[in-house]
Amino acid sequence: MSAATAWTVASIQAALRAKKVSAREIATEFYASIDRRNPDLNAYLTLSRERAFAQADRVDVATACGEKLGPLAGVPIAVKDVISTAGVRTTCGSKTLETYVPPYDATAVARLEKAGAVILGKTNCDEFAMGSSNENSAYGPVRNPVAMDRVPGGSSGGSAAAVAAGMAVAALGTDTGGSIRQPGACCGVPAMMPTYGRVSRYGLIAFASSLDRIGPFATNVADTAAIMSVIAGHDENDATSAAVASPDYAAGIEQAVQGLRIGVPEEYFGEGIDSQVKAKVLAGIALLEKLGCKRVSLKMPHTEYAIATYYIVATAEASSNLARYDGVRYGLRVPGATLIDMYRKTRERGFGAEVKRRLMLGTYALSSGYYDAYYLRAQKVRALIARDFSEAFQKVDAIVTPTAPTPAFKLGEKTADPLQMYLADIYTVTGSLAGIPGISVPCGVTKEKLPIGVQILGPHFSESRVLQLARAFEKAGGFTI
Amino acid sequence: MTISREDVLRVAELAQLELTPEEAELYRGQLDEILNYIGKLQKLDVTNVEPMTQMSFGSAEPAGSSASVRQEETDLREDKLRPCNIADAVLEQAPDSAKPFFRVPKVIER
Repeated sequence: MSAATAWTVASIQAALRAKKVSAREIATEFYASIDRRNPDLNAYLTLSRERAFAQADRVDVATACGEKLGPLAGVPIAVKDVISTAGVRTTCGSKTLETYVPPYDATAVARLEKAGAVILGKTNCDEFAMGSSNENSAYGPVRNPVAMDRVPGGSSGGSAAAVAAGMAVAALGTDTGGSIRQPGACCGVPAMMPTYGRVSRYGLIAFASSLDRIGPFATNVADTAAIMSVIAGHDENDATSAAVASPDYAAGIEQAVQGLRIGVPEEYFGEGIDSQVKAKVLAGIALLEKLGCKRVSLKMPHTEYAIATYYIVATAEASSNLARYDGVRYGLRVPGATLIDMYRKTRERGFGAEVKRRLMLGTYALSSGYYDAYYLRAQKVRALIARDFSEAFQKVDAIVTPTAPTPAFKLGEKTADPLQMYLADIYTVTGSLAGIPGISVPCGVTKEKLPIGVQILGPHFSESRVLQLARAFEKAGGFTI
Repeated sequence: MTISREDVLRVAELAQLELTPEEAELYRGQLDEILNYIGKLQKLDVTNVEPMTQMSFGSAEPAGSSASVRQEETDLREDKLRPCNIADAVLEQAPDSAKPFFRVPKVIER
């Protein structure tokens, strides 16, 4: 069974300030939980005990001295292993980077620590964030803490499982086509993908640069908002980070949602959706209507082209980004007689099957004679998908859909069929392609007690509104509907 | 759309991957299925559609507004030098180095 921690950002802040507990005691409690559960779940790949306790002690000294504490003081957080941590091994779930230790921190990590957070360790993920089940990790799959024979979703499966199993209060993940939201749904925890450019990608090891985003997992919406407030904002080290003011996301989440228009696109409830998922998400939408939201039926005609578009754009970008793993500057090197021989042997040994498959697909889509038919066409269809959203947001304030077509599937169920695996992202890749923000929050469970997620999408930079809807849904009992 | 074994080997070469014969056959079948699926994009009329080539979104409207957000030019930073004294830390990660260089097998034969 799942057993998320009872600690929240707010309760830790109150307890620390009242001197009822120390940051060191909290960190110790979470490492005990990790020692107990991680051998079965495989959610963490590397623990950063030394760094965590040093940070906890800094928080405790600050408390003792009566200094002002940061908004995340003492909050134990897990970080997906594609996000750089200075001095702490960062593998990307790949053999290629088995011994890689970054010389610098990702901006998101540096901001968390500056706010007082305690980084517990690095979480397992699909290799280079390529996958929807976590089974593509070179370090073995993560198990879903809610149902041990099932996947936690992917690619940020370790982060989702760590939070769901009480091995962290919150976690950072990354989302390229659904890799935050889908594991959030599978493990039954809130999971947010911010607007493209909202959170700096500096230090995020690139998969697909026009799609990659860093975002939080937490056990409740207020904590999700608290993490967002810390990690969001412009960063001069990421030229694509938006020079847009970043509000205090927690401040407005209790506002009523009465009168907000929520769009329900019919394409997200068609063929392929599990009947229990459909029923619960429709019940969730009815709950939002009861809270005073106005339901608007939408047609988003390019939805059915999203997976095809995504797997061209993302793999093309990956084929370029992953060219750097050649054994020259860092990571694995397999000796070869010539430079080319060294490149090929290194990449053959270092990359797993899914990474190779995607690199070949992306290389093919960009290769001479196929560029126009695949890559250029995909970029045009991407514009059409984005246009579906901008037109929809003329009529509605947010869009509500299922996060994934099915609950968490069984380990091994889809590994032999890559295309079936890709279709697990059918409701999440659209928002990724359009660059908009979205959150997945729990929306009840199936008869088998498997979590179901509902996705709330908003226009660019509307995270406050998305969180406000998610909070209203949570408060009205939507998580256990 | 079908992808041949030769196509797979050519693409693997471009991607600097050295495939075993078994891998080449496995990927041929899987890429074929994926490309067939992706072929559905050919059905769409994309005449006069501009490709989406950049992902920079301005904040023309306050957060949460339902109005569309216009796409803006990417903001450019000032082109000025900043200290970047990281060579030692970077070379420490190298599989083979001789400061201040990375060392690789010989590229040019004399």
